[in-house]
Amino acid sequence: MSEETAKSNEIQPIAEPMIEIKDMHKWFGDFHVLRGIDLTILKKERIVICGPSGSGKSTLIRCINRLEEHQRGQIVVDGIELTNNIKNIEKIRAEVGMVFQHFNLFPHLNIVDNLALGPIWVRKVPKKQAEETAMYYLEKVHIAEQARKYPGQLSGGQQQRVAIARSLCMSPKVMLFDEPTSALDPEMIKEVLDVMIELAREGMTMIVVTHEMGFAKSVAHRVLFMDFGQIVEGNTPEEFFENPQHDRTKLFLSQILH
Amino acid sequence: MEAYVQQKPGEVLKPPVTSVGVIGWVKSNLFNGWFNSLLTIVTLYFFWKVIPPLVRWAFIDSVWNTTGAVCRGADGACWSIIATNFRFILFGFFPYDQQWRPLIAILILCGLLFYSRDRNHWTKHFGYAWIIGLVVMGFLMRGGLFGLPSVEPTQWGGLPLTLLLSVFGLTIAYPLGVILALGRQSKLPVIKWLCVVYIELIRGVPLISLLFMSSFIFPLFLPEGVNFPSILRALVAIILFTAAYIAEVVRGGLQGMSRGQYEAAESIGLNYYLTMRLIILPQALKIVIPPTVSILISAFKDTSLVVIIALWDLLKTTQSVLSNPEWMGFSREAYIFVAILYFLGCFSMANYSRKLEKELSREN
Repeated sequence: MSEETAKSNEIQPIAEPMIEIKDMHKWFGDFHVLRGIDLTILKKERIVICGPSGSGKSTLIRCINRLEEHQRGQIVVDGIELTNNIKNIEKIRAEVGMVFQHFNLFPHLNIVDNLALGPIWVRKVPKKQAEETAMYYLEKVHIAEQARKYPGQLSGGQQQRVAIARSLCMSPKVMLFDEPTSALDPEMIKEVLDVMIELAREGMTMIVVTHEMGFAKSVAHRVLFMDFGQIVEGNTPEEFFENPQHDRTKLFLSQILH
Repeated sequence: MEAYVQQKPGEVLKPPVTSVGVIGWVKSNLFNGWFNSLLTIVTLYFFWKVIPPLVRWAFIDSVWNTTGAVCRGADGACWSIIATNFRFILFGFFPYDQQWRPLIAILILCGLLFYSRDRNHWTKHFGYAWIIGLVVMGFLMRGGLFGLPSVEPTQWGGLPLTLLLSVFGLTIAYPLGVILALGRQSKLPVIKWLCVVYIELIRGVPLISLLFMSSFIFPLFLPEGVNFPSILRALVAIILFTAAYIAEVVRGGLQGMSRGQYEAAESIGLNYYLTMRLIILPQALKIVIPPTVSILISAFKDTSLVVIIALWDLLKTTQSVLSNPEWMGFSREAYIFVAILYFLGCFSMANYSRKLEKELSREN
């Protein structure tokens, strides 16, 4: 983990909500995955969500850009409520970047085309300008020299950095990370986390589902612990790791921080 | 301690003579083991028995430009049946002095198709060239303007008819099949079930019965005086039939796409149409090139079934030459000739699909 952290050059959240979730429930068939989520995320706030597998943390962030549909309660993103209105959903998706565990780059397009696709077709940016933006963000994730290659020719860590750059090209207001380092070989985790730390330093609103507790300690404003579809505990990283309140949190931390 | 490296470092030995070169190839491919050696010998014997007589029949003893009576006396193949009748085989009942028109139409079509092979040529201007080409072909076939005598579609036959049914049938059936495949995956139950019912109904009946229905039953439902040319009705039947099969193949390709590709496309804000057009279909259609081409090839050959609704396609014109008493009995030669024409069509499709697959796989 990098020693120079986002905290060293602190950007504090602004007291305006970016995302508001009220009493939100979701079922997969009969299975009650999310059981009453209440969560407000401020602009420029960085949140890390952890918890055992099956606790609903991925489902929660996938509800924020409607990759999953919630069945009860309310989700408001940047002032727009998520309903079945497809136009609103597309508007929100364009503002909310998402990075997946398995990168999900488009294998039939080269790296620049992967990045420029969203701006060209969703934002209607001219092709040349979109490609310039793509190159700018590729520089930013330190991978500009691979611009003309295809995703299959890159390593996992490189692909994940491209995926982050692809989201950034849409100039999102929020970035969602769904276990971005879980599918990577150990030696590639750092290069991806470093890119995320840089992003944090620039004041991006971030919601990160991860098991990288070092990242949580150094970058998050708030760490949430989820279990059985509920947010059990949420606190500053210092309090969360030094002084966990709930037994389930203590048990979880004792299992992962050996 | 034992020495593991006995040769001088860097020394490279040549492989034994018996494993490289001609001897090596023969040994490893033709005579590797007693069973393969036996197969090689049997096959060589078979070739020796079959090929020389075949060459003698087809080339040495054959006659090329004579009457049927002379042919009957000859030992070899009677290619005269083709030489004498090729204009009827190729163009059917198209007026004899006007047959340069379908010939030029075919040449234009083949030229356009050949030029389309290279995907770099797919520009807007080339699209216009296609449209102009199609109009010119239609004008040449139909006539009736600028002093060209009009030729009724009922007189079209032979190769132009086969090409017309297959080229237009297949190029319209393909996008229709893709739309049906997407419809079958739709979340809207009405669209989904319409597509399922359509696909299963069409796949449940043979092409022959569809052709019958389109030419004999369908006109009964039309109001008095409205009539479609029978070529158009056959074309529609072929399109509807082929599209159902293509739909199922494309559905297979769509199911091979991972959920993550849809999610990635949606998460950058692409709508359904753009997700399909830019992300899903380019990948899914590429996966199913081989089975798609199989369907297109078999549909091309199935166009010969239009015989049963009295259209004179290539196969039918050939058969009718054979019913002429002068040429009766030379079916081998006649059928070999049509087989070669069909083979050229099928082989170029197969060849193009291989080229396309190679180009697309180079991309990733």
